[in-house]
Amino acid sequence: MTSMHATSPAAPRRKGSPWTGLGTVFVKELADHLSSARMRILEILVLLTGIGAVYTAIQDIRTVSGDAPYLFLLLFTHARDPMPSFIALLGFLIPVIAIGLGFDSINTEFTRRTMSRLLAQPIYRDALLLGKFLAGLATMTIGLVALWLLILGLGLLLLGIPPSGEEVARGLMFLVVAIAYAGTWLAVALLFSVIFRSPATSALCALGVWLLFSVLWQIIAPFIAQAIAPQDPVAALFGVPSVAQMQWEQSLSRLSPNTLFAEATLAIMHPATRALGPVFQSQLRGAVIGAPLPLDQSLLLVWPQITGLIATAIILFAAAYVLFQRQEIRA
Amino acid sequence: MTTVVEARGLTKVYGTTRAVDGVDFTLQSSEIVGLLGPNGAGKTTTILMLLGLTEPSAGTISVLGHDPLHDPLEVKRRVGYLPDAVGFYDHMSARENLLYTARLAGLTRREAGDRIATALSRVRLTDVADRPVGSYSRGMRQRLGLAEVIMKSADVAILDEPTSGLDPQSTYELLDMIRELRQDKVSVLLSSHLLDRVQSVCDRVLLFQQGKIALQGTVPELARQVLGGGYAIQVETQRTDVYAALDGIPGIREIHPEGGGRFRVIAESDLRSVIATRLVGSGADLLRLNVVEPSLDDIYARHFASRAAA
Repeated sequence: MTSMHATSPAAPRRKGSPWTGLGTVFVKELADHLSSARMRILEILVLLTGIGAVYTAIQDIRTVSGDAPYLFLLLFTHARDPMPSFIALLGFLIPVIAIGLGFDSINTEFTRRTMSRLLAQPIYRDALLLGKFLAGLATMTIGLVALWLLILGLGLLLLGIPPSGEEVARGLMFLVVAIAYAGTWLAVALLFSVIFRSPATSALCALGVWLLFSVLWQIIAPFIAQAIAPQDPVAALFGVPSVAQMQWEQSLSRLSPNTLFAEATLAIMHPATRALGPVFQSQLRGAVIGAPLPLDQSLLLVWPQITGLIATAIILFAAAYVLFQRQEIRA
Repeated sequence: MTTVVEARGLTKVYGTTRAVDGVDFTLQSSEIVGLLGPNGAGKTTTILMLLGLTEPSAGTISVLGHDPLHDPLEVKRRVGYLPDAVGFYDHMSARENLLYTARLAGLTRREAGDRIATALSRVRLTDVADRPVGSYSRGMRQRLGLAEVIMKSADVAILDEPTSGLDPQSTYELLDMIRELRQDKVSVLLSSHLLDRVQSVCDRVLLFQQGKIALQGTVPELARQVLGGGYAIQVETQRTDVYAALDGIPGIREIHPEGGGRFRVIAESDLRSVIATRLVGSGADLLRLNVVEPSLDDIYARHFASRAAA
């Protein structure tokens, strides 16, 4: 290793820690986020939808018998037309908030002409980028935890029964998945803020990606699956897609972080969920349909979805990192 | 005198254009050196390479004994930088803006507080220190940028176009503050395209042209180099034919008419007394007789004119 460095002056080793100044950037960005008018609006938006969803859920739950299992989880998952469930709303809103927090994080430093002044301080670019990302993530975490506690409190007040230990554990798991989901979309926004110097372009592109994955991808995925996988004559006879097609469709739809979030929260918050793909009759032999899975089995089921979300966030962040390192600083 | 900044064969290539092309220069301690030249001559690129913000394509740099490419943190810890058209966070006050950079520079909160107060009073911004920077004028922003350099108590200050876009009054104030930096034993590297204003503060200038250093030295040295040396003496008189009156004085090289009874005499030494005697002796009214200090503007114009002709 040392000999390689000696022979290639083009790849010098940097001295000093890349994390110098990380804490300072983090604290400043977090303070900016929490005090910004943009954050106020987003908070109000989330609060209103959250309360709305939970309120309709509670109205319905009260009519159900009081001894139904996992009553508290119903607060998160219950839906009644036209109000979607709280989880579905979050699946929709988290990306918007994350994009709102991240779309202008790097490019405004250039447009405000503060970038060269910042980087003339003894810090590496690593600290700036990671500090901004972590500050955005911390902001989202604070918001989500507050919302989660609010719903728990509302449930306690209006239902009058405390949640069980497993319900709290599943709720916490849900929180972790939501934060990972937020991290993914924050990384998308950060990447666009590095690529585009204009904040407006960056916001539009990030919202375009969000629209693609939250609305269009579910429509497109089956078509692509049909084009890739051959039609099975037997399946065609019954007018259903073949197994290969269904598998393709599912794999394709899982490219979308929204699908990963929906599947992960489904299995965690509906303990009765046993599988997230097509299931054959033969596989269900001996299963007690409708019986809840223990928490560890539910977690095992959604482990790939959770790691998938985190991996996507890391890959996107790495892409933003590489591009940012290569960017010319002069405005 | 010790060398604080040294660049050897510094080159930066963007695609096919050579933005900086084999530049050599040094900066000594407590010296103010001006990087002068038109826009796009490679001044800012050179500065960014000194700070390790841009990687040179070739050449070596040493800033206070450190290579900005290998050890950028140490270089940036000891070098203060005022970028061209400096920007601040408009919603934060001057004090908060400086506190952020001070914390990034590794100062503790208490240390930073004292230094920021001193720096702000040095640039006379104490009264408005708690107002949001969004309400500041261009001149105040530049001064705040200089306060940041002072606060860092850097050994080297690199100022990129510090006076561009400022009114004359603000320019003189800022140049005075830059002069004060020298008293703190700070070496200053200053870039500008406004020659005459910068001339007054610089010990030495480097004239950039198309990525190369066309000329370097003190202003009188450059004058000798470009204007062909000698004394330029301005004479103003009415009536007499100056050419006849001054004919035959040893040491006079040329006489250029400048209009309105003024003439510029290029001589090998200070011939004012001889000229005065001759003119008065010929019965002329001598209205003005003075030695013209060479200005950087003249040097610059003459140098590039001769380049264009060649």
